[in-house]
Amino acid sequence: MARIEFRNLGHAYGANPASAKDYALQPMNMVWEDGGAYALLGPSGCGKSTLLNIISGLLVPSHGEVLFDGKDMTSMPTRGRNIAQVFQFPVLYDTMSVYDNLAFPLRNRKMPEAEVHKRVHEIAEILGMSDVLKQRASGMAADAKQKISLGRGLVRKDVSAILFDEPLTVIDPHLKWQLRRQLKQIHQQLKLTLIYVTHDQVEALTFADEVVVMTDGKIVQKGEPDALFERPEHTFVGYFIGSPGMNFFPLKLDADGASIGAHKVALDAATLGMLKSANHTNNVLSIGIRPEFVDLAQPGASGALEAQIDSVQHLGTCQLITGTVAGHAVKAKIDTSIPVSTGSHWLRLARPETIFFCNDERIAR
Amino acid sequence: MNKPYNNKAWFFILPVFICVAFSAIVPLMTVINYSVQDIISPTQSVFVGLEWFRAMMRDPELHGALLRQIVFSLCVLLVQLPLGVGLALSMPSKGWQSSAALVVLSMPLLIPWNVVGTIWQIFGRADIGLGGHALSTLGIAYNYASNPLDAWMTVLLMDVWHWTPLVALLGFAGLRSIPDAYYQAAQIDGASRWAIFRYIQLPKMRGVLMIAVLLRFMDSFMIYTEPFVLTGGGPGNSTTFLSQYLTQKAVGQFDLGPAAAFSLIYFLIILLLSFVLYNWMQRTGSKPAGSDHE
Repeated sequence: MARIEFRNLGHAYGANPASAKDYALQPMNMVWEDGGAYALLGPSGCGKSTLLNIISGLLVPSHGEVLFDGKDMTSMPTRGRNIAQVFQFPVLYDTMSVYDNLAFPLRNRKMPEAEVHKRVHEIAEILGMSDVLKQRASGMAADAKQKISLGRGLVRKDVSAILFDEPLTVIDPHLKWQLRRQLKQIHQQLKLTLIYVTHDQVEALTFADEVVVMTDGKIVQKGEPDALFERPEHTFVGYFIGSPGMNFFPLKLDADGASIGAHKVALDAATLGMLKSANHTNNVLSIGIRPEFVDLAQPGASGALEAQIDSVQHLGTCQLITGTVAGHAVKAKIDTSIPVSTGSHWLRLARPETIFFCNDERIAR
Repeated sequence: MNKPYNNKAWFFILPVFICVAFSAIVPLMTVINYSVQDIISPTQSVFVGLEWFRAMMRDPELHGALLRQIVFSLCVLLVQLPLGVGLALSMPSKGWQSSAALVVLSMPLLIPWNVVGTIWQIFGRADIGLGGHALSTLGIAYNYASNPLDAWMTVLLMDVWHWTPLVALLGFAGLRSIPDAYYQAAQIDGASRWAIFRYIQLPKMRGVLMIAVLLRFMDSFMIYTEPFVLTGGGPGNSTTFLSQYLTQKAVGQFDLGPAAAFSLIYFLIILLLSFVLYNWMQRTGSKPAGSDHE
């Protein structure tokens, strides 16, 4: 168990990174609290795996330090770190039985065979695999294989952290829920620091106490699932979290207020003041709103926007309408009881749920 | 859906059947035909039953050649497999170095077999050959043309030089197919270099190494050209292997009947040994290793 801290940690695969583009991982400060369950969420190639490999020691960062409970572990090799890591595809020692797979890390550390026996049975109990210990590991189903991979990490005493690198990719959908719940139970039982990498937002939001969203090698937000939904710190978070993602419109500021295209946006004085102070020539202002908070309005109602609706999809619990406002794409989730057809409609952006961004970063709610 | 039942399907496999007939079945039948007859002249022959088989089984020269052949194939496998796997493991895995190593390694495979024999024949000569001359300068009495042990060593070394790259290439292909996650997991599990080889690399290479063993066994068991060019089967008949003895019988002495019987015996030996080898490797691979605990 450990509290993991990053100090100015960054990584570039090439030597002498000059600009932000050269970094696979932008220099950052970050703390993973002891016993916390974190989900690391982001698209492919955003640096999630790089970050994970730095924690497990498979990769030595080019900049900064990694601390475990305040102790510098930056150049400590993997085997000295006591990390459990589960990869996207199950990694097993094919020629060994389940028992031998679980015993392998202990035998490598020259643990007496009696103690190995005890530990393996303890872990098998937790994983619910006590009755398959004698079976050959290569013949198991994918979810059992992933549990064995996890077990090989857990079997060591004093594991610092468990790292999951998209562990449910190869698992059948109906087993995903089951395995995910089991992983969560194991976490609660053992109270280990847990970092879970995924690009599936549902998985991240249901699994973790805190979600860390990454894009382009940068952590753009770290927060609880509802914060990510209600107050995205970055347009990427708004776009990536939620299904479909947030709507964004560029905001024009002039003497008597703000507008989207030809439509005025009603704003209170404080928000307007904040926007005005951010309104410099190089800054791009935008307004974002989730499709859940876009409603139909009376034609010509004040603060409403005229939209051209191109399609209406019934999703069971709601209907998703897609169209454009002043040339910008808009999506809205409308109650199924309201009849909607394609063509011209007026939309209202529910006021407290609108979020204002300056250069992709949130400045006001 | 109604399936029509007729014999049309036979018609579709006819072309393949004709090809196989002319390439395999007809020649094989010819050999079987010869093996049971005493051919006195092109127009005159007598049916002798299994007489030639009995004669060949009792032929001491064949016994000698067979023994030499088995020892030779065994040596080839024992040297080339570990060496090939070792080469595959020590080859650079990426970048231009990897391509360069592959090209250099496959060079011997691209040389025609009788040229290989000629190269080593010249290389081993004490008067003009680099290897032979170097050895005699060092004061080592070496002459593959008169000393049976030297001849054996030279033939074996030549085959190792010629064919180990094949084993290495196959092993290298097997190694490349192992995902990085396996090595990362091994690091996390604290596995030693030996454990990585024993529990990850070797099991993952098993399939290709099985092919390598079979290919090397069959090829070395049928070796002909290189020793024929290098030593001509000598000194005496110390490097006369089965193929060469067969050629002497069939083409040299024109004993078609015995030679045909010999061919069939030869064929059956290879088939049988390959079958045994394959089954043995299948079995050793499919039982969990080290399951003696628990």
